[in-house]
Amino acid sequence: MADYKLMKGNEAIAEAAIRCGCDAYFGYPITPQSEVLETLMARKPWDETGMIVLQAESEVAAINMVYGGAGCGKKVMTSSSSPGISLKQEGISYIAGAELPCLIVNVVRGGPGLGTIQPAQSDYFQSVKGGGHGDYRLIVLAPASVQEMYDFVNLGFELAFKYRNPALILSDGVIGQMMEKVQLGSYKPRLTNEEIVARYGSWATTGKTHDRPRNIITSLDLDPYRQEQFNLKLQKKYREIEEKEVRFEKIACDDAEYLLVAYGSASRICQKAVDLAREKGIKVGLLRPITLFPYPTKAIREMLGQVKGILAVEMSAGQMVEDVRLAVDGKVKVEHFGRMGGVIATPNEVVAALEEKIIKG
Amino acid sequence: MAKVRGAIVVDVEKCKGCGLCVVACPSKVIDLAKEVNGKGYNYAYMANPDACIGCANCAIVCPDTVITVYKVNTEANV
Amino acid sequence: MDVKDIIKEENLVYGKTKLLTDNIMHYCPGCTHGVVHKVLAEVIDEMGIQEKTIGVAPVGCSVLAYNYIDIDWHEAAHGRAPALATAINRLYPDKYVFTYQGDGDLASIGTAEIIHACNRGENIVVIFINNGIYGMTGGQMAPTSILDMPTSTTPYGRKVELNGYPLKITDLIAQLPGTCYVTRQSGHTPAAVRKLKKAITKAFENVGKKKGTSFIEVVSTCNSGWKLSPVKANEWMVEHMFPFYPIGDFKDE
Repeated sequence: MADYKLMKGNEAIAEAAIRCGCDAYFGYPITPQSEVLETLMARKPWDETGMIVLQAESEVAAINMVYGGAGCGKKVMTSSSSPGISLKQEGISYIAGAELPCLIVNVVRGGPGLGTIQPAQSDYFQSVKGGGHGDYRLIVLAPASVQEMYDFVNLGFELAFKYRNPALILSDGVIGQMMEKVQLGSYKPRLTNEEIVARYGSWATTGKTHDRPRNIITSLDLDPYRQEQFNLKLQKKYREIEEKEVRFEKIACDDAEYLLVAYGSASRICQKAVDLAREKGIKVGLLRPITLFPYPTKAIREMLGQVKGILAVEMSAGQMVEDVRLAVDGKVKVEHFGRMGGVIATPNEVVAALEEKIIKG
Repeated sequence: MAKVRGAIVVDVEKCKGCGLCVVACPSKVIDLAKEVNGKGYNYAYMANPDACIGCANCAIVCPDTVITVYKVNTEANV
Repeated sequence: MDVKDIIKEENLVYGKTKLLTDNIMHYCPGCTHGVVHKVLAEVIDEMGIQEKTIGVAPVGCSVLAYNYIDIDWHEAAHGRAPALATAINRLYPDKYVFTYQGDGDLASIGTAEIIHACNRGENIVVIFINNGIYGMTGGQMAPTSILDMPTSTTPYGRKVELNGYPLKITDLIAQLPGTCYVTRQSGHTPAAVRKLKKAITKAFENVGKKKGTSFIEVVSTCNSGWKLSPVKANEWMVEHMFPFYPIGDFKDE
C-alpha cells in the first residue's frame, strides 16, 4: 500500500535521505532550506537506520565532511541555499576532482551577495557551468514538485555512484517551502561496511588491508601530463553522462508552434501559461529540462522544424537561455523572460512576454 | 673496555646529507662523505666505525630513515 | 671485531618500519616532517592498526604524505582536514583517524575547522607541525611565526604593528573540553624523538579508548624557509622557538 504524506519540499529531502539508505548528512542552517537539517534532527535517523546527522560549524566544514565521508565509500549529502553553496564550491571542486559520489541540494534564493531569502533561479551558471575552479561538471537535477524533491534524492545518489561524480539537486525556495502530497518509497537498508568494501574497496578508504594497495583520495597530481590525462578522462565521463542521462518532460508540444523552455518552479508557472495561451489560440508547448547537466540539447533541437520561436523562462536575468541558444544555433528566435530578486513571474506575464518578444517581435 | 660494538648501514642513495645524525652521535662515529651520491648529496658514513656503540641515536633522528643499526655484545662472546 | 661481523640480521637493533614506503621523501634535507612521518609509521605498525588507520593530510608540504606511509589516506583542501576526519570518524567509529597539519593550515586558514572538531571532541588524533612558516609556498609568514622572525613576507621580521602577534593555538586548544590530551613536543634530538613517539602512541591509544581529541604540536624546523642548515635550524629552534613555544603537556586526562 502506498504511503502518502503532505510535506514541504525541504522535509521531503530529509525523509528521502533516511529512506534511501543515506549514511550521513552534514549541514548548516540557512534560509530557505533549514528545514532539511531540522527535520533530520527531529526524526533522529541514527536510532532508526544508523544515519548520522551533524550540524557543522560552517558550509565549508559541511562540504568537507561530505568529502571525507564520500571518500570512505559512504552515501553522504549536504544541503544549503545560494550563499552557502558559494562557500561549498571549494569542496565541490575537490570532490569532483577526486571523483567521489555525493549529493548536494541547493534551495536557491535570490542574489547576488546576501540577496534575499525569496526563491530565484540565479544559480544556474554556478551549478551547470562549473561553480568552483577547474574543468568539472556536476550532474544537476531540477525538481518541479515536492514529489520530485523526494524522488531525486535517490536518483541523485544512484547517478552519483554510477559515475563517481557529485550530483546536485537544483531546487529553489518555492519548491523547498511549498507543501504537496508525496508518495513515500520503502526503506532501503544502508550498506554494511562489508558491502562497502566489496563494492567500493578498489578506491574507498575503508582501511588498507594486506590484499590491496593503499587507497588514496586526492585531486592532486603535480605531473602536468598525467593531470591532463586525468582531465581527458573526466571529459570522457561527462560525454558519457550527456549521452545516457538526459531527462526532460514535454507538455503540449505535439502541435506547438511556439515553445517555452523552463525548469523547476518556473516550469510550473509555464504550465499554467501554456493553458492560458492556448485559450487565446496560441499553440505553445513547454519543454521542461529535468537534468540541467546533461542538458536536453537534442530534445530542443528536434523541435526546431516545428516551432517558430522559443521563450526561455527563468527566475534570473537569463542564464539557461544561453544553453537554449547553443542548442538552437540561431535557427529560430530565442528570447528570455524572467523576474529576479525573489520575484516570481505570473502565468499572465509569461504569456504577455511570449506575445511581445516572440510572436510580435 | 667497549662491551658493545655497533655498526650502521646508510642507504647512500636516499641520504640527503642533512648532518643531523652527525651531531646526534655520542661517539663521533659519523661524518659526511667528501663524495656525493646520485642526487649530489654528501652522504653520511661511518668515519670512525670502531667507536660505534649501536645506540641508534643517528637512526632515530634521521628524517629520511636511511640508517639501519646493528649491535653486538662483545663481552658475551669472550 | 670487523664491521661486517656486526652487520647481521640477528644483530639488528633499528631499521625502517615496513609501514614506511620506499619512496624517497620530497622534503628538504633535515626536515622535521620526515622524523614525524617515521615515528607515526612506527606507532601504527607497533600498535598493529594499519588496517584501521585512515590519515588526512591537507595542503602544505605534507600534502604528499600519502606517498610515504602505507595506509589509506585522504588529501584535503587547505585547513579542512578536521572536517574530513570528523566525517570519517563518525562513519567508522572503530577506525583510527588522524589529521596531519601544518601551522598555516591548522592555525590560519583552518582555524574554524580545528577549533570545532576539537570542541566536539571528535575521537581523532591531530598532529600539528609548527615550524612558524609556510614551507611549500616558499617561506611566507605563518600565524605562528614568532616576533622579529624574518620570512619572505616579513623580510624585516614579524612586527606586531603590521602582522599582529604569533598565535599560540595549542594553548587555545587545551581549553576545549573535547580534548583529552594536548601536548607540545619536538623531534630534534634522540630523546625528543623518543618522547614524541610516546606522545603519538598515547594519542592513538586514546582513540582506542574513545576519549576524545588528542592534539600533538610538534615544534619543527623549516631549514629552507629559515635559510639555515639543518643543524643550525635545530639550534635556532631551541634558542628562539622553545622560549615562546615551551615543550610539555598541556593536558592529559
